Formats: sequence, C-alpha cells, structure tokens
Amino acid sequence: MNIIISNASSDPIYIQIMNQIRQSILSGELRAGDSLPSIRQLAKDLQVSVITTKRVYEELEKEKLIDSVVGKGCFVSGANKDFIREQRMKRLEEKMIEIIRESKDLSMSQQDLIDHLTLLFEEEQTT
Amino acid sequence: MNAIELRNLTKTYPQFTVDNVSLDIKQGYITGLIGPNGVGKSTLIKMMLGMIRPDSGSVNILGCDMPKQEVDIKQRIGIVSDDCFYYEHLSIRDTKKMIAPFYKKWNEKKFSSYLEQFELSPKKKIEELSKGMKVKFSLAVALSHEAELLIMDEPTSGLDPVFRRELLDLLADMMQDERNSIIFSTHITTDLDRIADYIAFINRGKLVFSEAKDEVLERFAIVKGDSQLLDSDIRTKFVGIRETAVGFEGLVDNRQEAERLFGNYAILDKPSLEDIMYFTAKGGRIHA
Repeated sequence: MNIIISNASSDPIYIQIMNQIRQSILSGELRAGDSLPSIRQLAKDLQVSVITTKRVYEELEKEKLIDSVVGKGCFVSGANKDFIREQRMKRLEEKMIEIIRESKDLSMSQQDLIDHLTLLFEEEQTT
Repeated sequence: MNAIELRNLTKTYPQFTVDNVSLDIKQGYITGLIGPNGVGKSTLIKMMLGMIRPDSGSVNILGCDMPKQEVDIKQRIGIVSDDCFYYEHLSIRDTKKMIAPFYKKWNEKKFSSYLEQFELSPKKKIEELSKGMKVKFSLAVALSHEAELLIMDEPTSGLDPVFRRELLDLLADMMQDERNSIIFSTHITTDLDRIADYIAFINRGKLVFSEAKDEVLERFAIVKGDSQLLDSDIRTKFVGIRETAVGFEGLVDNRQEAERLFGNYAILDKPSLEDIMYFTAKGGRIHA
C-alpha cells in the first residue's frame, strides 16, 4: 500500500491518508484480515503527528472498514463485506462502460463485443 | 497521564514576567512550545529542569515533584540544547566518562552508535564543536540513557536541513514506545511542527493556547481580500490584520464564522503555525 501526502492539496492531511487507505481496501489491494501499520509506525513513515494517524484509524473504524485489536494492532475488517463488494462492483461497472465506449470507437457491435468477451473469459479460465 | 504538569508558574524579572502559566504536556505525544524570541519559552524550560526557581507555582515531571525529587527526575529525562552545559576543554570521550556514571541505565553501545551516526569524533573537544554538533552530542547523551521524556530547547536552530530531517526520524523512533514523551521549544515552526501532536503557544510570558495541532490549524484561517470589506465591526473578528495599499490579510480564530461573514467576497486560506504566531504576536493592526 502506498500513501502519498501532497502539501498542495486543500484536503487536510488526515483526509488524504484516510482516502488512500480506504481506496486500497475498496480496490481489493488490502483484503480482510490484512494487518495495517501501527498508528505510531505510520506516523513515523509519513512524518506526521500520532494524533493525525490515530484519527485516520478511528474514522476508518467507524466506517467498519478496519478493526483495531488492543495489543495487536489494526486489521482490515471483514465486517463490511457488502459495502466493499458494492464499491468494487461500482468500479467494475465504470471499467465496463469504458470498454463499451472503446468498442463503439472501433465500430464493434454489441454481439461482437460479447463474443470477444466470451472468448477471453474462456481463455482466462483454462489458464 | 501527563508527562509534565506546570501549575500557576510565575517568575518576575525587571524587564519581563512569566505570568501564571499552567500547562499539561501529555504522555505519549510530541508537544511543540512555540512563540517569538524572548517571550519566556526558555525560562519555562529552565523552570521545568530546576535551573530557575519560580517565584510561585509548582512543577511536576513524570509524576515527581520538582525540585524535591530532582535526582530521580533527571535519571529519566534527556535534555537537548545548543547551550552546552559541559566543560569546554574536555573531549567528547572524557565528557562521556564523566556523565555516564551518573545514569543507572547508561547504554554504552547505543552511545557509540549514535556518535558514529552523527559523525562525531570522540577525540573532539567540546569547544571545537559547532552549534549543530553540540546539539547532536547532547542528543546522543539524551538517547543513551533510556530517557522517557526528552526536553529540547531550540534543538533545530543550529542544525542544517539534512540533519533536521534525520532528527524527525530519531524522534519518531523514540515515540514508537507510547510511554515516551517529547517537548521542544522553537521559534522556527516549519520543520518539527510536522510531527508535533500538540502545540503550546507562548507570547509575552503568557500561555495563549495549548491544543492539538490539527485542531489549531482547522480552527484558524487566513482571510485575504479588499480593504473596503473591513468596517469596525468586522475588524473585531480578527486576531491580527496586515493592511497594504493592495488589500488586507488577517488571521481569524473561528473559520466557520469567517466563512459565513465573508462568503465569496474574500479568500480563506489554511494558515501555517508561522501565520498564527505572526498575527498573534503583532496583534491589532499591522501597517506594511
């Protein structure tokens, strides 16, 4: 997981960090049960205050995206599966729309596209 | 839990007074003591260390009373300053030989590795050290006896930007243990303030505020706009205003109210700690 803080951004630092961790969870890059860096380690790595990273984890916990276990640290939560799935579906749909537009540019018909997708789908399954 | 508790500290000098300062420094966090030059930051720190006796008030450090339990306290704290309290004619090695036995938890290995990391030769005499090297040396001593509390007086003033960044990492390393605490004073607010959790602002011997840094930065705002917007009513909302022929720039301590008041007529910017320090110290109207 990468987190990049921009000084030029108008968003406060904690919002920037929060958005990027949330994105990593929603994109599936981080999966349920994966451990997150400790509050103090993250503060050190990003050179921000401990209060800032603490707030990030508290907010993400409220969204039920992460769980904090006393003495063990923070983990990506499995509790909010529906929400995560919904978000990932949304991203998938966005990509599909992109594909549809691209295929129109190539003057493919709907059937052409479906045939092509079926072909690729089968290939993917055999590998 | 508080690492430091100051209660109603007062110290009067002919030219200057530290006036009834009460301040809590939280355990597990980094606190920055900020303010312009000569407003009492170092006096406060010296009172914490028992180097200046307050006229009235009390100092409690790590749950112990200062000065009653001074010896115990000093085992558990590290002091970093560019004011060197060591003998000038001794070498680093000899100075170490003299200080180390005072500490029950002295860690010789750690000390040598810090000297190496900071590129300090044990043969060098204290008087040959530059300002920055003196800070590094006192930091090496402070970090080599398992201090739970680091008290730093203007640690960055003599340091180059390269080591200032390295210092952030060293401090963050210490803060991986949540029982540890750090307080530093500075008038340069652009480097260490990144990692500070709390900010205590001192001006003219008084404590102006002591709050979480993120809250401070969200509460204040810089307003910029046409000077015609300023009537006597509006002016009272400002902590400080700087007016020029081409407009004004001012600090407000209630961002939401300013958003309501000015709407789209003025620009609201995020302030830096330096902005807050400047306008608060100057106050009222500033003509440029």
